[in-house]
Amino acid sequence: MNHPMQQDWKHWTLRREADGLAWLEIDCAGAAANTLSAEVMAEFAQALDELDRHPPGALVIASGKAAGFIAGADIEEFSRLDAPAAARALVERGWNLFNRLAAVRYPTLALIRGHCLGGGLELALACRYRLAVDEPATKLALPEVMLGIVPGWGGMLRLPEAIGPAAALDMMLTGKSVDARKAKRLGLVDDCVPLRVMASAARIVALSGATRRKLALHERILRRAMNGPLRGKVADKARKQTAAKAAREHYPAPYAIIDIWEKHQGNALAVPAGEPASLEAILASPTAKNLVRVFFLQERLKAFGKDIDFTPRRVHVVGAGVMGGDIAAVCALRGMRVTLQDQSVERIAPAIQRAMKLFERRTKGDARALRFALDRLTPDPQGHGAAHADVIIEAIFEDLEAKRSLFAGLERRARPDAVLATNTSSLRLEDIASVLQDPSRLVGIHFFNPVPQLPLVEVVRGAASDAEMLRRATGFVRAIDKLPLPVESAPGFLVNAVLGPYMLEALRCVEEGRSPETVDAALTRFGMPIGPVELVDTVGLDIALAAGKALAGEGAAPPQRLLQLVSAGKLGRKSGEGYYRWADGRAQKGEAGAFDAELVDRILAPLLAAAERCVRDGVVADAELADAGVIFGTGFAPHTGGPLHLARSLGKTRIGGAPAVAERGGEAASQEN
Amino acid sequence: MSGEVFIVDGARTPFLKARTGPGPFTAADLATAAGTALLLRQPFAPELLDEVILGCASPSADEVNIGRVVALRMGCGNAVPGWTVMRNCASGMQALDSAIANIRCGRSGLVLAGGVDALSHAPLLFSDKMVRWLAGWYAARTPGQKLAALKAFRPGHLAPVIGIMKGLTDPVVGQMMGQTAENLAFGFGITREEMDALAVDSHRRVAAAQDAGHYADEIVPLIGRDGTVFAADDGVRRDSSMAGLAKLKPFFDKKYGRVTAGNSSQISDGAAWLLLASAEAVERHGLRPLGRIVDSQWAGLAPEQMGLGPVHAVLPILQRHGLAPDDIDAWELNEAFAAQVIACLRAFGDDEYCRTHFGLESAPGAPDMARLNVDGGAVALGHPVGASGARIVLHLLHVLRRSGGRRGLASICIGGGQGGAMLVEAVQ
Repeated sequence: MNHPMQQDWKHWTLRREADGLAWLEIDCAGAAANTLSAEVMAEFAQALDELDRHPPGALVIASGKAAGFIAGADIEEFSRLDAPAAARALVERGWNLFNRLAAVRYPTLALIRGHCLGGGLELALACRYRLAVDEPATKLALPEVMLGIVPGWGGMLRLPEAIGPAAALDMMLTGKSVDARKAKRLGLVDDCVPLRVMASAARIVALSGATRRKLALHERILRRAMNGPLRGKVADKARKQTAAKAAREHYPAPYAIIDIWEKHQGNALAVPAGEPASLEAILASPTAKNLVRVFFLQERLKAFGKDIDFTPRRVHVVGAGVMGGDIAAVCALRGMRVTLQDQSVERIAPAIQRAMKLFERRTKGDARALRFALDRLTPDPQGHGAAHADVIIEAIFEDLEAKRSLFAGLERRARPDAVLATNTSSLRLEDIASVLQDPSRLVGIHFFNPVPQLPLVEVVRGAASDAEMLRRATGFVRAIDKLPLPVESAPGFLVNAVLGPYMLEALRCVEEGRSPETVDAALTRFGMPIGPVELVDTVGLDIALAAGKALAGEGAAPPQRLLQLVSAGKLGRKSGEGYYRWADGRAQKGEAGAFDAELVDRILAPLLAAAERCVRDGVVADAELADAGVIFGTGFAPHTGGPLHLARSLGKTRIGGAPAVAERGGEAASQEN
Repeated sequence: MSGEVFIVDGARTPFLKARTGPGPFTAADLATAAGTALLLRQPFAPELLDEVILGCASPSADEVNIGRVVALRMGCGNAVPGWTVMRNCASGMQALDSAIANIRCGRSGLVLAGGVDALSHAPLLFSDKMVRWLAGWYAARTPGQKLAALKAFRPGHLAPVIGIMKGLTDPVVGQMMGQTAENLAFGFGITREEMDALAVDSHRRVAAAQDAGHYADEIVPLIGRDGTVFAADDGVRRDSSMAGLAKLKPFFDKKYGRVTAGNSSQISDGAAWLLLASAEAVERHGLRPLGRIVDSQWAGLAPEQMGLGPVHAVLPILQRHGLAPDDIDAWELNEAFAAQVIACLRAFGDDEYCRTHFGLESAPGAPDMARLNVDGGAVALGHPVGASGARIVLHLLHVLRRSGGRRGLASICIGGGQGGAMLVEAVQ
């Protein structure tokens, strides 16, 4: 043999075996995950050159990192792109390289273990075979759309060919991942194999010479039709579904994906620069930059949990209401043993029922995983779990005396190193902590409803809170895969402090005669996940009123209609009626009336003002974290990059009216009408 | 004294009567829920147990070593061994006895032992004929062989064997457990009215004990997957009456017998656990025991007389310790059948029976009914076979604690012709 058995690059290793099988392993130097930076791609091209010179019997591409295969393109690198030409060059590089991989004469196989995202999946799609390792961490996705861009390295070409246009568009337009088993079902991978046989499976399949799995005849005809004559129909349907979720002016990328698949054979480079689906147009919209910003905001929140050597195994939650029950369920789902305390078993039972439904959804038919999750969640009416817990979270009703007496008892029973946390949203941490022998033990761990869906958790530092306890609380939040946001103890912390005045302003607009439907339509059109009036109904009118009082403080009068509804017992979703009537968990809405941008500006102004104030008062450390908190805690239109980013990029003249309005806040804003 | 075995604490599920179809919890679910709650209130972590022993008469086919499955599900960790014991109706008591043995010989210091059965989940089985036919069918290769196999099929092959009826029939003498009770009624001249009266009394005692909260200390309420709460034993009938019971037809010896579903124990799902510890473990973890297990005894007798097992197991213990029935402050004698309990009481007082079987000059005398099954028994509570032996020992300790009594004797009859008994002492 006239070529070496092993060759090393900085990020790749090529190893040849005597029978002709070659292994090309990616292990990006100095990084936890593999990403396809310019350097990594250049080395990959060199490896292909080498393989061209001495073609192997077959090639297996695998990762040297147990954590995953390839996480995608290097987003850092992408975020530095400044000119359309540079973006085009970046897409071109990947498109051409993966076309070259797809054209090699020897069989190629991608052995996928762990994450296989974006460019990683596009690389795998360019191989002849794909194997997925059957582990929970194995996830395949093309999430480009979530960053406001398109899978331009062949994903739009090869994914529809591999699994059919319907499933492919669904994956590309939502960015959703599929696990190893689903990937097998979809035909995205040739097989799904246990870890213990992955190497031998890769060898056997790569050398098999087998052609791709054949579809049943009717599926073949259907797929050919959808990729052929029915292409336009499929595209139209996808457009309609996308329009229901994201407006084109805010999110151009999903529409571009559909266009590129329908009219340009999945080749983003083929779209002329003037068209809305062109790379130039996508990158000219602020959305891509803002979504990348949101991605990095998320990374920043995650990083708060870095290097915290605290592994909570037992969690005790007091209060089995919706909040406490959901917190307990989320912890149990993450593998912790959880005790859930309330005054009686009967009060705990509804939480177990709800947890069961969450477990069913999340364990996706894995009966054993479901059962173990349920086993880890123990009803604990006597509160025995407090003595064993690493973290104790109080989530009872908002009553200072009740919380004080609870914590006095908990402190006596808890281990000295256990985190004592309150989920309070309206009481002062300091007032609760003063009952403790050691007030420094108490921190706030503030969740948002619905807990399983909302990623943000505020970690609240009280005046006396101990730094080590805060560190542990932060570690706990990461351990349940939520995003920790450090905030200071102040009324409403960050998220409720910005939401309160925003909801209030929306209610004032209703007071003045606009219909709730109109107000909500204006804000959802802007990109909020839920309209402010519907949000009030969801939170509960009584809670909104109480929070409003606590937050407003200076005696701003609550809207009359709100007072009337609350005294009539119409508390929103939970009572069946509030501003809307509710049926089957949905607000029964009529037609929305006409609205203009000024309405949006007016309702957002108090939110922006409150966010500014939180930064100024140091409730959050900086404007970036304020944006992160508002986006991940409320779903605030991500394409804007966050409220403060939006205000700064557009200038204060546009959003929130004159600068003075933003300064004066919600109360002043209402007076100008 | 070294070799002492302490009962630190105990807990059980409510006993849930088997109604139509499988109940809301499997055997492993029941044992996991009760055990997790029991371990939660201990000062030590579950990982510090030396072993978990679970008695079970009919574990499901996929959880044959249910003791290990439950240990893992309770969060005891990989390093705590778990095993399963089986002695029919005394499987739970056998688990305690196995724990005692290991504690006495110094192998274990802290043992979680108990019993479980979910009889409502007992399987339907293929008949032997069907199994043989299936074997032939799977072996048939050619169309001709297949056709021959098909021709041999008879619809009668599909009649299932009810697993629980198999389990409750003695394989040696071919009699159902209820028929062995009929044997005793015949031998001791026990009338239908006497049996029904005991059954009515059992329901009355359970209802009174529930109302007084005497069961609350030992029961861990369960929550079903749909949010339903199961807080109490649900087989008790507060309206039980002689007139009502008189309407029931004999179940085992149809038409001519005396034993009915109403004067037999109920078929139920349930689990019961005790935490047993050596003196050293009690001290190390600062535990406060309920009592001690002083002695235990197993006995064998004719399978068709199995209901008298308690007499055969209790007498050697009384003799060993020089005790008379009056020296025992509280008795639990598992109510498999009303006839069987009455027969035991008669035998304890029957000179001839005691002379014939134990060589005694005179009978020791029957326990006082005021001290026997004071809070009722399995006729009203139910008899989840594997759990009952552990339940009566646990309940005995609660009765002693409540009454300030010192000694208690728990005994149980065992299908197949055996008896088991345990002598306990309260630590007040």
